[in-house]
Amino acid sequence: MTVAAALVALVIIAGAVLAPWIAPHDPFDPASLSLLDASNPPAWLAGGDWSFPLGTDNQGRDILSAILYGSRLSLMVGFSAVLLALLLGVTLGLFAGWRGGLADTIIMRIADVKLSFPAILIALLIDGVARGVLPRDAQSEIAPYVLIAAIALSFWVQYARTVRASTLVERGKEYIQAARVIGVHPAKIVLGHLLPNVIGPVLVIATINLALAILTEATLSFLGVGLPPTQPSLGTLIRNGNDYLFSGDWWISIFPGVVLAALILSVNLLGDWLRDAFNPKLR
Amino acid sequence: MIAFLVQRLYQAVLVMLTVGLIAFALFNYVGDPINSMVGQDTSLADRGRLRQELGLNDSFIIQFARFVGRGARGEFGLSYQQARPVGQIILEKMPATLELSFVAATLALVIGVPMGIYTGLHRRSWLSQLLLGLSLIGVSLPTFLIGILLILVFAVVLGWLPSFGRGSVVQFGWWSSGLVTLDGWRAIILPAVTLALFQMTLIMRLVRAEMIEVLRTDYIKFARARGLTNRAVNFGHALKNTLVPVITIAGLQLGSIIAFAIITETVFQWPGMGLMFIQAVTFADIPVMAAYLVLVGFFFVTINLVVDLLYHFIDPRLRVDRERVGIG
Repeated sequence: MTVAAALVALVIIAGAVLAPWIAPHDPFDPASLSLLDASNPPAWLAGGDWSFPLGTDNQGRDILSAILYGSRLSLMVGFSAVLLALLLGVTLGLFAGWRGGLADTIIMRIADVKLSFPAILIALLIDGVARGVLPRDAQSEIAPYVLIAAIALSFWVQYARTVRASTLVERGKEYIQAARVIGVHPAKIVLGHLLPNVIGPVLVIATINLALAILTEATLSFLGVGLPPTQPSLGTLIRNGNDYLFSGDWWISIFPGVVLAALILSVNLLGDWLRDAFNPKLR
Repeated sequence: MIAFLVQRLYQAVLVMLTVGLIAFALFNYVGDPINSMVGQDTSLADRGRLRQELGLNDSFIIQFARFVGRGARGEFGLSYQQARPVGQIILEKMPATLELSFVAATLALVIGVPMGIYTGLHRRSWLSQLLLGLSLIGVSLPTFLIGILLILVFAVVLGWLPSFGRGSVVQFGWWSSGLVTLDGWRAIILPAVTLALFQMTLIMRLVRAEMIEVLRTDYIKFARARGLTNRAVNFGHALKNTLVPVITIAGLQLGSIIAFAIITETVFQWPGMGLMFIQAVTFADIPVMAAYLVLVGFFFVTINLVVDLLYHFIDPRLRVDRERVGIG
């Protein structure tokens, strides 16, 4: 089961990474599009064409290529968001755990406030604010970064809390105390000795979070506040296709949807497997 | 007990003030309220005068105090997009969202709990394995995708249920209810199922885990040793103890329902607060965003407060770790 999941994830990731080379068409080059190709059904249905294996959308863009490029963007945003959340959360967690006192209280209060709100709401807010603040024409280009920041800011708390708890535990142990007595610089203690010992659970959280990050990005794009149509992720593709569901062009939405679901499912399974592998109680 | 209550209240007020601060900062400093409210031809002198009249030249503290005062009375200014009082817009949309959330929550509980009990009691049966597999899919599929699939199957292909809107609604004072008409019920089914699915799978897994945990305890073994029937043991003893943490968790999940309602309302064009919020975000309609933030913050804080008190009241031992069950 897990092997199947890993395989599926690998296929999608490989497709995404190699997209510029293996995609049959470039869906974003307006010059190569032709309205005559618009709204073709998938190749195995009547009216289909094998040069567009999964059909085309209303503007003639090849769905397969769009999916490849879209997965690329979805994955990139997902990975970056998790990485950013990890860096932010681990840093704050280490800081709060090591220093204790006022810094700890402040950081944990912020974390508590943030924890009472669901992630999507926070991501939406940050996106809305960015929209209000940034000039309109820059919005398309900056959109991926705003999105990454928004998702990361909604996820950092888990890392911070776990790392802080582990730090508090490790801090009392003898090897840390020994290092302090010798006079090793605190930064070196934290980074060199503490960090490797608290990082374990963080990696497991990160894997599980990746699925959630991809899901959140897709949701935000679907709602219209994520990636714009000029650089669509899988979520944006689904959003575009939604309008055509009723006229019968179901492939524009469904294929990106299937790929998205497969991706999230396989990453979820991998995360579960990783978590079980690391869980000492199950050994 | 009183000390605990006071401390929690104090924390709640602190959180509300923080939320209010963020909303206020949004309101005043993102974009220029004056620019968004007047036309292009308004002279600088007029703008200056408007600024003075609206009190935008006063200090931060005074403006914030005014914002809190007004907010407590439900006045959040005018929407940039619709030029109507935000409070009025919210009152119009609230019944739709509340009804949807209520139906979805009920659905999630009514289906999730029995499924959880079954999979907890009969762990090896094929039905349990099937339900668990389905629950994994339920957690992995994005809510909007489920919504789209449901629309595709039931509205487009089969044509049984409407794919958008609320159906016919009846006005009771300021509350507009879709639950009293057949049309309204037909319209609410698909969105409610979509919204409930995530909660349902979560509740099912939770009930199952708790059930398994409880069935391992000593007092259950003792009850069996005494010769109580399976039914008495499972439902009379185990179930009661399982449900307590589950109910409190389900209460916390109400917050999640609000968040997912945003998505569901967008997919089904359900005219509720979630759709209103999305439209506000797309148009950078700051007053609406700020008001929604405060309202939702208030809602969350209240729920968290009530749930925490319930924990403490019912059983001080039951400190369910929020991270373990994956809330937030």
